[in-house]
Amino acid sequence: MSKTAIIIGGGTAGMETASQLARLGVEVDLIEKQPHLGGHLKNWDRLFPNRRNSDEVFDYLEKGMNDGISLHLNAEISNIRKSEEKFTIALQDGKELQSDALVIATGYEVFDARKKEEYGYGIYDNVITSVELEEFFRSNKQKNLLEGVASKRIGIIHCVGSRDEKAGNLYCSKLCCVTGVKQAIEIKELMPDAEIFCFYMDLRMFDRHFEEMYYEAQEKWGIQFIRGRLSEASENTDHTLLVKVEDTLTGLPLKMKVDLLILLVGFVPSPETRRLAAMLGLKEGDDRFLCPADEHTITNSTEIPGVFLAGTVKGPAGIANTITDARATAIQVADYLK
Amino acid sequence: MKSFGYNITEDRQIDFDANDRNVTVFINEIEPSILLCMGCGSCTATCTTGHFTDFNIRKIHTLIQRGELKHLKKEIMKCMLCGKCQLVCPRGVNLRNLILSIHTALEKSGL
Ligand SMILES: Cc1cc2nc3c(=O)[nH]c(=O)nc-3n(C[C@H](O)[C@H](O)[C@H](O)COP(=O)(O)OP(=O)(O)OC[C@H]3O[C@@H](n4cnc5c(N)ncnc54)[C@H](O)[C@@H]3O)c2cc1C
Ligand code: SF4
Ligand code: SF4
Ligand code: SF4
Repeated sequence: MSKTAIIIGGGTAGMETASQLARLGVEVDLIEKQPHLGGHLKNWDRLFPNRRNSDEVFDYLEKGMNDGISLHLNAEISNIRKSEEKFTIALQDGKELQSDALVIATGYEVFDARKKEEYGYGIYDNVITSVELEEFFRSNKQKNLLEGVASKRIGIIHCVGSRDEKAGNLYCSKLCCVTGVKQAIEIKELMPDAEIFCFYMDLRMFDRHFEEMYYEAQEKWGIQFIRGRLSEASENTDHTLLVKVEDTLTGLPLKMKVDLLILLVGFVPSPETRRLAAMLGLKEGDDRFLCPADEHTITNSTEIPGVFLAGTVKGPAGIANTITDARATAIQVADYLK
Repeated sequence: MKSFGYNITEDRQIDFDANDRNVTVFINEIEPSILLCMGCGSCTATCTTGHFTDFNIRKIHTLIQRGELKHLKKEIMKCMLCGKCQLVCPRGVNLRNLILSIHTALEKSGL
């Protein structure tokens, strides 16, 4: 009899794990709570580091949705049980699914910027998040972001909801620095006369091609970088915003008027992931992301036999790393099912 | 002595080895949260005193870590102990208590 696996979460990680497992002859049930697959990838327009269209990556993932994968969309999990060697998952619509292995690929959520009240998101008109900017790029490819605004000065704020004890998240989200630089370049392409300032504490351009994007942002697009964390933003009567930071490289407090503020929101562990983890008794780190059995050597299994992790349930990661991780998970699952 | 119109300028470098860091150690013991600072500048940006004088709370505590105590006494007198800096600090540094512990340290060391 062929062995079976249930994968919870149909984002990048879940789709790639499913595709690889099916290729290895495992029968897969892929459970996704949304009406469609793709997860966060579906929200992004062009991807760092090369600004290729995100649909191309989705198309690749979708090609892997072959025979051997049963899709369950709009599926809400009400309960997970483990008895002997089998997992039983009860869905809200009354359906029950059974398997020999379980993969948690439920991803992350973005930080709710309203929690940083002093940045004015949800209070002032011209404060948006990096997620909304991607939405804008996806839907209004050619449109000017600030139609009708004369001065067109834009501030991009790093570390919103990350590296912040007050927000309850001490960790770095890793990918918002490069997202900010990518978006700064994309705004300049649309609006060559815009003035763009990134307010950062450290620029974490850690991966291949990232530093070169930073270089390009300065050399080709004239984007300016001010080293200081946003302390507060307030709205002027004309709906522009006054930002206050310390320009730490000159050692002076600095105030600046901008027309638009873009908040680079970070990753947070998703409440859904945490709910499922609690049902299974999985271990969370201090950062509330899930812990694999070993941070270096057993990165895709957990301490519970038959339960595996894939993708950003383990912390911030980009698409390429998520896909690599999903493949590693598939191999671990296939080994376990032998 | 013949004057050539030159004089010896004071060395501006932080002389880390020459600096006495006993005061630093003392302050860090009273308020260990100061060791968590990541130099983001939020405290300075929000400090009203720093908007109107050359007082810079971030620089003050960084200089203390280097053992630079010159002008410290005069500088900290400018702080109003309002605590705004502490409200915005993303690392939870207790800056108000830091200022108070600098006062204590300076009193104790007779500086
Ligand atoms: C602003 C921003 C921009 C980014 N831009 C890029 C980029 O340009 N390039 C790049 O490489 N990376 C980028 N990333 C990172 C990228 O989004 C992630 O690498 C990727 O989405 C991780 O995939 P995942 O499958 O782990 O998680 P997700 O994409 O979050 O997918 C998880 C899936 O699980 C589903 N799910 C959750 N809970 C349940 C449940 N209980 N039951 C069923 N289904 C559930 C969700 O609906 C979702 O479909 C960006 C991230 C952010 C925040
Ligand atoms: S990646 Fe950059 S913007 Fe994001 S949390 Fe880390 S330092 Fe801050
Ligand atoms: S407590 Fe002192 S340093 Fe802090 S904001 Fe108030 S005046 Fe500035
Ligand atoms: S706000 Fe906190 S972390 Fe930032 S410079 Fe001031 S003391 Fe350091």
